[in-house]
Amino acid sequence: MSTAHAPDGALDTFPKLLDHNAASRGARPAAREKMFGIWQSWTWSELREEARALAMGLMDLGLAPGESVVVIGKNRPKLYWSMVSTQMCGAIPVPVYADASAEETAYVLDHSGAAFAVVEDQEQVDKLLAAKENAPALREIVYLDARGLRKYDHTTLHPMADIEARGRAAAAALGPKIDAICAAQTGADTCVMLYTSGTTGRSKGVVLSNDNIIKTARATVAFDKLTDTDDVLAYLPMAWVGDFIFSMGQAYVAGFCVNCPEGPDTMMADLKEIGPTYYFAPPRIFETLLTDVSIRMEDAGPLKKRMFDYFMAHARKVGADILDGRPMSGGDKAKYALGEFLIYGPLKNALGLSRIRVGYTAGEAVGPEIFQFYRALGINLKQLYGQTEASVFITIQPDAEVRADTVGVPAPGVEIRIAENGEIFYRSPGAFVEYYRNPEATAETKDAEGWVATGDAGYIEEASGHLKIIDRAKDVGKMADGSLYAPKYVENKLKFFPAILEVVLFGADRESCTAMINIDMTAVGNWAERNNVSYASYQELAAHPQVYAMIQGHVEEVNADLASDPMLSGCQISRFLVLHKELDADDGEITRTRKVRRRFVAERYAALIAALYDGSPTVYASVEVTYEDGRKGEINGTLEIRDAKVFPPTGAGQVAAE
Amino acid sequence: MSIHAAEAAKDDASYAAQEEAHGIEPRRVGDVVMEMKNITLRFGGVTAIKDISFDVREHEIRAIIGPNGAGKSSMLNVINGFYHPQEGEIWFRGEKRGPMRPHEIAHQGIARTFQNIALFKGMSTLDNIMTGRMTLMKSNFWQHTFWKGGAEREEVEHRRRVEEIIDFLEIQAIRKTPVGRLPYGLQKRVELGRALAAEPKLLLLDEPMAGMNVEEKEDMCRFILDVNDEFGTTICLIEHDMGVVMDIADRVVVLDYGRKIGDGTPDEVRSNQDVIDAYLGVSHD
Repeated sequence: MSTAHAPDGALDTFPKLLDHNAASRGARPAAREKMFGIWQSWTWSELREEARALAMGLMDLGLAPGESVVVIGKNRPKLYWSMVSTQMCGAIPVPVYADASAEETAYVLDHSGAAFAVVEDQEQVDKLLAAKENAPALREIVYLDARGLRKYDHTTLHPMADIEARGRAAAAALGPKIDAICAAQTGADTCVMLYTSGTTGRSKGVVLSNDNIIKTARATVAFDKLTDTDDVLAYLPMAWVGDFIFSMGQAYVAGFCVNCPEGPDTMMADLKEIGPTYYFAPPRIFETLLTDVSIRMEDAGPLKKRMFDYFMAHARKVGADILDGRPMSGGDKAKYALGEFLIYGPLKNALGLSRIRVGYTAGEAVGPEIFQFYRALGINLKQLYGQTEASVFITIQPDAEVRADTVGVPAPGVEIRIAENGEIFYRSPGAFVEYYRNPEATAETKDAEGWVATGDAGYIEEASGHLKIIDRAKDVGKMADGSLYAPKYVENKLKFFPAILEVVLFGADRESCTAMINIDMTAVGNWAERNNVSYASYQELAAHPQVYAMIQGHVEEVNADLASDPMLSGCQISRFLVLHKELDADDGEITRTRKVRRRFVAERYAALIAALYDGSPTVYASVEVTYEDGRKGEINGTLEIRDAKVFPPTGAGQVAAE
Repeated sequence: MSIHAAEAAKDDASYAAQEEAHGIEPRRVGDVVMEMKNITLRFGGVTAIKDISFDVREHEIRAIIGPNGAGKSSMLNVINGFYHPQEGEIWFRGEKRGPMRPHEIAHQGIARTFQNIALFKGMSTLDNIMTGRMTLMKSNFWQHTFWKGGAEREEVEHRRRVEEIIDFLEIQAIRKTPVGRLPYGLQKRVELGRALAAEPKLLLLDEPMAGMNVEEKEDMCRFILDVNDEFGTTICLIEHDMGVVMDIADRVVVLDYGRKIGDGTPDEVRSNQDVIDAYLGVSHD
């Protein structure tokens, strides 16, 4: 452990950071996982020992420097450190989405040319075995959970415990080899390869260097003053760049503890038990939490409900200002303190957010109501803007400069430039090296000077220097009459209603806008229960006249709002329908990170879109769906199409106000 | 795993060689653990079961099928000790069984689930499964009351086993949920968990898939196969769904009007004319 007291600059790889953490904070927890109902933890020195044993085992099994290793599974400490073990062998980890279909997995396996795979369980092993024919490079598979695998052919299949034991047995010979590899690694070497979820076309393998990840992590750890006493909950897909930064990069740099929940279903309970101090969630999660709270308050007794409404009104008025440290009258402060005791404190505890110091949301626009709700409670929720190619961070909101409608100022070390057409470009230490085996795409995205195109359109607000995002650059268009068409903006306005889960807007180069809407089963289901609306299935609920009436109300509210917008009054929704099935990543309609794939949806539902524009009152829809186990089925139904009221523009100035 | 995958996985012959090559103990159907000899059960003038004999071998999945009223549940209740047959003998693990109360039979290592779920609706999943450990607990009421004499150690040990079952059945998320609030398919799973908690040598399942949708059935099939595979538990099950039975059972007994009309592997039973007649009806001309 010669690197224990090395200066920051020398700690430029994960194995070196791990050595450093084991030496300087060896007894502090590095990872926790709930198993059999009890939280098990590993300290930094235990984690180092395990990771080294696995590394030596993998090396003994034949893993050579320069090869790549796919890692597939839910968030598990062993899978996290298997990525570091891979790096110790001089190989490159490639985390893959655990819920990816067999074809998607096969594509990544083939494209990355992975020689080894470290996976969680039988489900993933089955996918790999199916893909193996087309990926001849794959030699060995290491798995964590033996369940159901007892009868499989074990010539190339190994339980992880065996590999670790094998590594320990070979320690005398392989230990020095690993030390030599780790010492020779530098910040310029490849750290990880992450496949983008890809809203358009095939996913691309983004190559990120140690410098990309570690320099970014170091800058942002300093920005938010993270220390080794922080706790995070690792529940977002390991293959997503955000998780790699939060649960690997920042965790190794700051030395904080990464907690893995028992499973996706127990996430909320585990969140409450851990009480993370640093928390990242996409807007979707915060929306769901708020929906749950609203539903439960609707069902609460009258006293509780009145107290909740009264104190929440006060919190909305002063909570965010108190959080930002603005001056405040003593009376308001005292009332807020009482509210903290009676309502806010217990509520935060119930949500598992009591200890949050810093919370981030990103990926999609967050509804101002949702954002204000959490800020009002005293939770320091902020927004950031980023992408895989940037090692997440492009802009970030500093404390006390937090707003719902911007994504903040450039992150430390990031330069931003807005092109003529409004597209955002950035240059940063985190900017990716290249797309793996795809020089054309690399050249398209990243120029010789290191500027990377984001594909998003936006502008910098002059007064504050904050970046505002309008939409995906290629989605912003014109309507037939020449007025601006920004689908995401309108969709987000609708998605802020709890009853609406997803919206797809159509209208580019057309006379008017129309929309396909997905209801939120939880919120609408609860609403149906309270209003004595009976239904047997999602399809029946979605087609219920009362549900249609409610959605129509929401659409018209948004239309009224848009009418007052000088630039977007043309985007009012004239006709809409409620889809009979949820848009699903298994059907390719949305990405694994829940972004709508517009072009695909437009092709798949061409008949429905035609009906939206030809004035017919109903349309027959037949859609092929893919079940989780890969079988196909069909969902059929006749959908109603409704007209919504459109308002004349009332914008103060008809002239586009820049 | 789909039913078809499950079926493929059960193709023991092709795996046995592989397993031996890799030093893994293959699942082997062992000797007879339970034998029913000429059982006849009457309720007053009604003969529910008439002169039925069959056996259950160690580590196998044995199914009892038959149309409504064939005497399937009565048969299970005889095995379970709830009904006492007027004629015939039951041999369990080499010993002839005398008249016994159901709890004595539970102590012998026979556990069951019910056609109509019989859980404690107000208690959590965890507590319900914990009740399955009752027969294995050694400390008495007073020791538990005062938390002395190893009661704590014992509780921890039992809880560990229960948590393993929760993990096995993938019901972590409902650990603390009162079972009355759970959907039907999950309640069935909890009931299976409670039966497993007793660490049975013979597990009786009374229509484990009744009233389930396709997905729930597939899950249940997988759990039954996994229980049999991982713990080596001998399973005797009653089921209506022929497809399910033919997929997962090693051997099948077919009953009709209280008589045995078929006994053998799924393939043998499928081609048995009496069985076909009983299920499809037969023309009387």
